Amino acid sequence: MKNLTAMLLLILLCASAAAYGKDRFYKVVVQDAYIEMHTGPGGGYPVFHVVDRGELLEVHKRHTDWFKVKTQKGISGWVGAEQLARTLEPDGSPTIIKRPSRDDFLARRWEAGVQLGDFDGANVISTYVAYQFTENISTELWGSHLSGDFSDGWMLNANIVHQPFPAWRISPFFTLGTGVLHIQPKATLVQVEDRTDQEAHAGFGVRAHLGRRFMLRAEYKSYVVFTSRDENEEVDEWKAGFAVFF
Amino acid sequence: MESRLRSILLRTVLLIIVVGALPGCASKLTTDSGDDAESSVIEPEVSRRQIEPPKINTNDFEIGAYAGLMSVEDFGSNAVYGASLAYHMSEHFFFQGNYGQTDTSETSFEVLSGGAQLLTDDQRQLSYYDLLIGYNLLPGEAFVGSSRSFNSAMYMVAGVGNTDFADDKFFTLVFGAGYRMLLWDYLAVNFDVRDHMFDSDLLGTDKTTHNIEFKVGMTFFF
Repeated sequence: MKNLTAMLLLILLCASAAAYGKDRFYKVVVQDAYIEMHTGPGGGYPVFHVVDRGELLEVHKRHTDWFKVKTQKGISGWVGAEQLARTLEPDGSPTIIKRPSRDDFLARRWEAGVQLGDFDGANVISTYVAYQFTENISTELWGSHLSGDFSDGWMLNANIVHQPFPAWRISPFFTLGTGVLHIQPKATLVQVEDRTDQEAHAGFGVRAHLGRRFMLRAEYKSYVVFTSRDENEEVDEWKAGFAVFF
Repeated sequence: MESRLRSILLRTVLLIIVVGALPGCASKLTTDSGDDAESSVIEPEVSRRQIEPPKINTNDFEIGAYAGLMSVEDFGSNAVYGASLAYHMSEHFFFQGNYGQTDTSETSFEVLSGGAQLLTDDQRQLSYYDLLIGYNLLPGEAFVGSSRSFNSAMYMVAGVGNTDFADDKFFTLVFGAGYRMLLWDYLAVNFDVRDHMFDSDLLGTDKTTHNIEFKVGMTFFF
């Protein structure tokens, strides 16, 4: 019966090890001859400690591509992603460090960015959020602020983007959308009324992955503003800016 | 005899249970190879490792509030306060958005003339927003006393924004430099000097105004 109890205990232990085996912190073992610990999350911060091969490290947090680790002796410091990627997990399997790569860029879901440009002579500052359904098709929401010599305004847009060659390094795209344009003449001018009109637009542009989560994007859009007057207005917009993906 | 038989039976059952529980003991890896022993002698399928990226807390976002002094050209220097949100893209670059407000005071002309008022009280309030790119220029450490050190960095920012002042909106260029000192990994104190440049014709002639802002802020990384 002693055997039985001992075995039952062992089984329980194993089961609990499987269920609660996850420690609070990710642990890695140093494989290089040594790993350098910096005082801060950046190559410019001085190296103040080295950890030898075979030592166990706890990974506590991440800031950009730098990881705060703690040795078994309780020394904390920052290790770069490149060095940390060359460690192993305690069971010998390779360390998994997620670093945004070109594949992640191609498989991205969310994208957000800021652009600056020209909207029919006025300065335009835009921010947008995009959601990518497939490699080729995405949808976007835009908010823009216009400031010109004679008027100011804002614009909200929703559009669909088609990217025919997502794998190209500089990849073209085409866009189609609609939104609302609000124009407010400057206070120093004679009284002119504010107006809010619907508009539709079509455009094209290019997107280039610069590395990591970072991309450049430039585009042209041609707007047709459905005014309450007899004629519709046509407006050209050029802009360029940066974006990040998640 | 009977007890011996029972003992053998019990051991067999236990063995089966132990073997069943072993994978949990051995590792956290799971295998999903199909057990198709009849189809071939050599099992061609390699057991696939299920990769689960480890959960490591990241703190690339920074949110905070600030207060300081802003000198609005011709309209005096006054208290400014606002909020900021930043995303750190790499150890060098970050994006930052700011929104701030200040109440401007009277121009020299208004003070000297006695009663003339160029703007109403509402129009005197200036608010701005901007979107900036920052570059961490000089990473380092600040030493306080003999046993304490704080990580720090000098950074430069540049970007565009909009200033809302005197019932008018001005496209604004922003340049500046700052110093960030991290009290802990998640809490920082920032000192910033920024120039908000915009073209204004408020006083009759077109001119580029330089509006210098000095501010101290607390930011929280998450």
